[in-house]
Amino acid sequence: MRPGRVAGAALLALLALGPFLPMGGMRQYILHVLIQILIWSFIGGAWSVMGRFGLVSLGHGAFLGLGAYTVTLLWNFYSLTPWIGGVAAAALTVVVALVVAYPCSRFQVVGHYFALVTLAVGEVVRLLIIAERNWTGGSLGLSLKPATGDSLLAMQFADKRVFYYASLVLWLAGLWIWYRVDRSMAREAMEAIGEDETAAASVGIHVTRFKMGITMLSAGLTAIGGVAYAQYITYVNPDTLAGIGVSLRIVFAVVLGGMYSLLGPTVGTALTIALGEYLRVVFGLRLIGMAETIYGLLLIVFIIFLPAGIYGSLRDAVTRLARPARLAGGLS
Amino acid sequence: MIDPIFLLEAAVNGVLLGGVLALLALGLNLIFGVVDIVWIAYVDLVMVCMYLVYFLVMVYGWPLWLAGALSVALGAVLGLGVHLLIITPILGKAPVNQLLATGGLLFFLQSFATFLWTTDHKTVRLALPILEVGGMFLSFTRLIAFAISLVAMLGLWVFLRRTYIGTAIRAVSQDREAMALMGADPQRVYFVTSAVGGAMAGLAGALLIIQYSVHPFFGAAFGPLTFMICVLGGLGNMVGAFVASFVMSEIISIGGVVISTEMGYVIAFVVFIVMMFARPGGILARRG
Repeated sequence: MRPGRVAGAALLALLALGPFLPMGGMRQYILHVLIQILIWSFIGGAWSVMGRFGLVSLGHGAFLGLGAYTVTLLWNFYSLTPWIGGVAAAALTVVVALVVAYPCSRFQVVGHYFALVTLAVGEVVRLLIIAERNWTGGSLGLSLKPATGDSLLAMQFADKRVFYYASLVLWLAGLWIWYRVDRSMAREAMEAIGEDETAAASVGIHVTRFKMGITMLSAGLTAIGGVAYAQYITYVNPDTLAGIGVSLRIVFAVVLGGMYSLLGPTVGTALTIALGEYLRVVFGLRLIGMAETIYGLLLIVFIIFLPAGIYGSLRDAVTRLARPARLAGGLS
Repeated sequence: MIDPIFLLEAAVNGVLLGGVLALLALGLNLIFGVVDIVWIAYVDLVMVCMYLVYFLVMVYGWPLWLAGALSVALGAVLGLGVHLLIITPILGKAPVNQLLATGGLLFFLQSFATFLWTTDHKTVRLALPILEVGGMFLSFTRLIAFAISLVAMLGLWVFLRRTYIGTAIRAVSQDREAMALMGADPQRVYFVTSAVGGAMAGLAGALLIIQYSVHPFFGAAFGPLTFMICVLGGLGNMVGAFVASFVMSEIISIGGVVISTEMGYVIAFVVFIVMMFARPGGILARRG
C-alpha cells in the first residue's frame, strides 16, 4: 500500500495547508464549504460504523438533533460551556441509543424492521423538538447566544480558520476511530452477527453486547458531529438536524461514497455537498430543487450499478487490476 | 377537562382519517408482502398523483371524477415504472440497497416537484357542506373520501380472493419459492402487484387532495406513518394493516385534541416502537 500511503500524506498536507493556499477572493466561501464537508463526513463516518454491519439506521437525525439541541440549550439557558455541554450531549445521546438499541437487539428487530424503528425514533425527536416550542423555538429553530468576541470557552470564533482546523481534527479523529473498529475483534464479531445472528451466538459471540457497543459508539459520535455543526453554524433547526430528511441525507452520502471503506463516507459527502454548491452557484435561485433532483437520480443509478459506492468501486477496481498480475506471476 | 363532544368529534374524525390511511397502507402493504421491498417513496407517488388531480381540476377545469380516474391510471403506470426501472435490477440484492434505491426515488420526486411546482401549498376547493350531527361538525368531503376508500378496499379484497391472479399474489406473499414451483409466473405477479399498488396510490391521491393541500414534502408528512402502519399490522397482512390504520389515526386524532398535534404523532410513533418490541409480527400475529 505504498502509493496509497504517499497519496494519503499528500492529501493530508494539502488539507493542513488549506487555509493558506491562494484562493483569490473566494477564501471565506471555500473554507465554509470545506468545513461543512469535514463535519458531515465525520457524521457520515459515524453512521457507517454501524451501517456497514447491516444495522441500517434511518434515524441518525435523532442523535444529531439531540446532540445539537442539548449543547445549544445548555449554553443559551445555563451558559454552560459547550466543552462540558458537548460531553453531556454525547452522554445523553448514548443513553437514548441504549434505550432504543437494547430492545431492538433483545427482540431481534433487524433489517427492514430496524430501519423503520429507527426512522420512528428520528421522527419522535423531531416532533418533540417542535412540540416543546417554548424553549426550543419549535420549527423556527434556535440561534446560539453569541459570546462576547472570540471565546474558546464558548467555542465561538469569528475566524473560519479556527473552525477549519477544529473540524479537520474532528474528521481525522473520526477516521481513526473507524480504522480502529475496522481492525478490531468487534468487526469480526459484527460481521458474523450481520450474516446470521443465531449462528454467531452459537459460536460464543455476545450478540447483544457487540450490537449495543457499536450502536452507542455510532450515536455518540453522531451527537458530537451535531455539536460541532451547531457551534459552527450557530443556529439549529429541527428540520435540518432531526427527522427523516437529514437521516436519509446522511445515509445517502455514505452509500454514494461507499460504506465499507475508510474514505467512502468522505468521498460521498464531499461529492454531494460540492454538487449542491456547484448547482447553487451556477444556477442560483432559478433552479431550486435541481441539485437534489440530480442527486436523487444519481443515487438510484449508483445503488443499481455501483452498490459498493464510488470510492469502494474504484478501490476494488484498482485492487483487481493489481491482483491478477501478482497471481499470474506466482503461477508461471 | 375537555368537553366530551370534542373527544367524540376527534374520535369520528380519527375514523375518517383512518379510512384514508388504510387505503395508503393497503397499497404499500400489498407491494411489501409480495415483492418484499419497502417502497420508501410510496407516498411520494401519491403526492405526484395529487398534483395531477390539482392541475386537471383547478387549472384545466376537468370534473373531479374524471381527474380521479386519470390519477388512478397514472398511479398504476408509476407503480409499473418503479418496478421495471428501479426494483427489477435490484431484486435479490441486499435489502438495504433496495430500501435505499427507492429512497433515492423519494429524493428525486420531492426535489423535482419542488423544482417544477415550487413549495407552495396547492388545494382543490370543493364547495361541499359541513354536516352537523348532534353538535359535532363533520366534513362531507371526508365522509365521501372515507366511503370511497372503503369501497376500494373491498374491491381489493374481492380481487385478491376471487380472481386467479389475486390468488397467485396471495400465494407469493406466503411463500416466494413455492410459487414458481406451482407454475405461476413470478414476473407477471410482480407486475400486477406493482400496478395495483400504484393504482391504490393514485386513488389515495385523488381522495387526499380534496382534504389536504399538496406540497412537495407531502410524502415526508405521511410516509413514515404509512410504513409504521404496515409494520404494525404485520408486513403483507391486509387485515392487520386495516386495524393498525384505525389504531394510529385514533391516537393521532384524539392525542391531537387532548394535548397537541405534534404530541399526537409522538404518542403514535412511540406506540409503534413499543409494539415492535412487544409484537414484532404485527398486532394480529399470534405469539410463537
